[in-house]
Amino acid sequence: MTDLAVQVEDLSVRFEEHLALSCLSFQIPKNTFVAVVGPNGAGKSTLLKVLLGIVRPTSGKVKIFGKTPQKLDPNLIGYVPQFKTMDRSFPALSLELVYTGLSRKWPWHLSKETKKMAFKALEQVGATHLATRPIGRLSGGELQRVCLARSIVRQPKLLMLDEPATGIDTIGEEDMYRMIEAYQNKSGAVVLMITHDWHAATYHSDFVLLLNRRQVSFGPPTKALQENNLRMAYGHIGHGHSLKLLVTSNV
Amino acid sequence: MQRALIAGALVGFLASYYGVFVVQRGLSFLGSGLAHAAFGGIALGLLLNAEPLWIALPFTIMIAVGIFWVRDRTELGSDTAIGIFFAVSMALGIIFLFLKREYTSDAFTYLFGSILAVNSVDIKITGLVVLITIFVTPFWQRWAYASFDRELAESDHLSVKRDDYLLSILIAVTTVVTIKVVGIVLIAAFLVIPAATSRVLSSTFRKMTVLSIIIGVLSAVVGLLLSYCIDVPSGATIILLQAVLFFLSMFLKSFKST
Repeated sequence: MTDLAVQVEDLSVRFEEHLALSCLSFQIPKNTFVAVVGPNGAGKSTLLKVLLGIVRPTSGKVKIFGKTPQKLDPNLIGYVPQFKTMDRSFPALSLELVYTGLSRKWPWHLSKETKKMAFKALEQVGATHLATRPIGRLSGGELQRVCLARSIVRQPKLLMLDEPATGIDTIGEEDMYRMIEAYQNKSGAVVLMITHDWHAATYHSDFVLLLNRRQVSFGPPTKALQENNLRMAYGHIGHGHSLKLLVTSNV
Repeated sequence: MQRALIAGALVGFLASYYGVFVVQRGLSFLGSGLAHAAFGGIALGLLLNAEPLWIALPFTIMIAVGIFWVRDRTELGSDTAIGIFFAVSMALGIIFLFLKREYTSDAFTYLFGSILAVNSVDIKITGLVVLITIFVTPFWQRWAYASFDRELAESDHLSVKRDDYLLSILIAVTTVVTIKVVGIVLIAAFLVIPAATSRVLSSTFRKMTVLSIIIGVLSAVVGLLLSYCIDVPSGATIILLQAVLFFLSMFLKSFKST
């Protein structure tokens, strides 16, 4: 039995003329927190879709718990998409959304047992008060909590999150990371999170995968996010805003 | 009249059931596209002196599959794919009618609907479609999940594309069997209005589906009776009745929220 949760070898993905990912190779051990960092268009979401089995690799190998994503039991994976892409005009209650994490289909009827499980998942993310609220009436942070409950209700061994903190305030963001880590500590699952926040990646993760269509670095945050790697991925690493602020405050 | 009422209730059920997916997926234009596709098939049937329904069924199914096939294989949106097939089918229909080279009043029956033209074969076919729909009700949960979020459904290994094709074929069949009751011109509204009305009043997709079916069946039956009593076209009466219900639901909703 291998101690690796995810094995990626020479992975490339091409959409017609566009090379979205080129020659990615990395291995993720079990019970680790991995941040996937990179600029817009770096292929982060494409990588997640490959791991979810939605996009097939053009070349290379991907194994999750020893199986290809298409052959893997989907119940082993929890997925939190970007909440902004969700159709909030859909007539649904939070509880129903959480239910889809259990049954992989939309509920016609919720049994007592499934309700209990869904409530338990909502409780884990501090959102039981949102259970019967229509999703159209949830704030971004609240919907993100419900989505997290939806993903952990099936008790996945691999939890994947696509920019979970985007569009929520600082307190909500910290709460989100706290809940993700709480689930990881309790379950021993692997967490794979796409983020634009280098600080969050440094602070929360065991490994960072830095991407810009190709793999710039993979390793512990302090190594993977070294300045030369960031320059390679982003071209530059920001403007001197902090310096200007410092000068102004001194005046 | 009894035959008309049965036909009305059956197509009311079908259109309002599939209508919830049409509305929630933003495919309102699909109803128009498929209705005009059916026109091409009916015109071909009239040209060949065959039963138009038998030609329109495979013709419309082919167009429905074609719309989703083009959408899946290009970066074009559904509305563009529908727009192309809509125009091609209409153009074919016009050519077929022209080639017949004789006046055919049947074409108007199909364009504007004529409940008197509904025969026992129509009712049998519609009944069969209702039975198929009941048989595939487990797909409601899959279609609903993909209607909410296609990517989530795909990540859970649902065959979303295969399910889409099945749904589009059933919507195409529903469109064809509805033609005689409401007419090609008004079918899109018949698919959309009951579902849109129930959407305004429902907090869950299940409630939306049930309410849509109730509105679809009742408005078809009451509309037919009304059109019979005051001697006006049946399809238009049903649609106007549904429109009244839609605006009433909006009024009710805004009244509730104040």
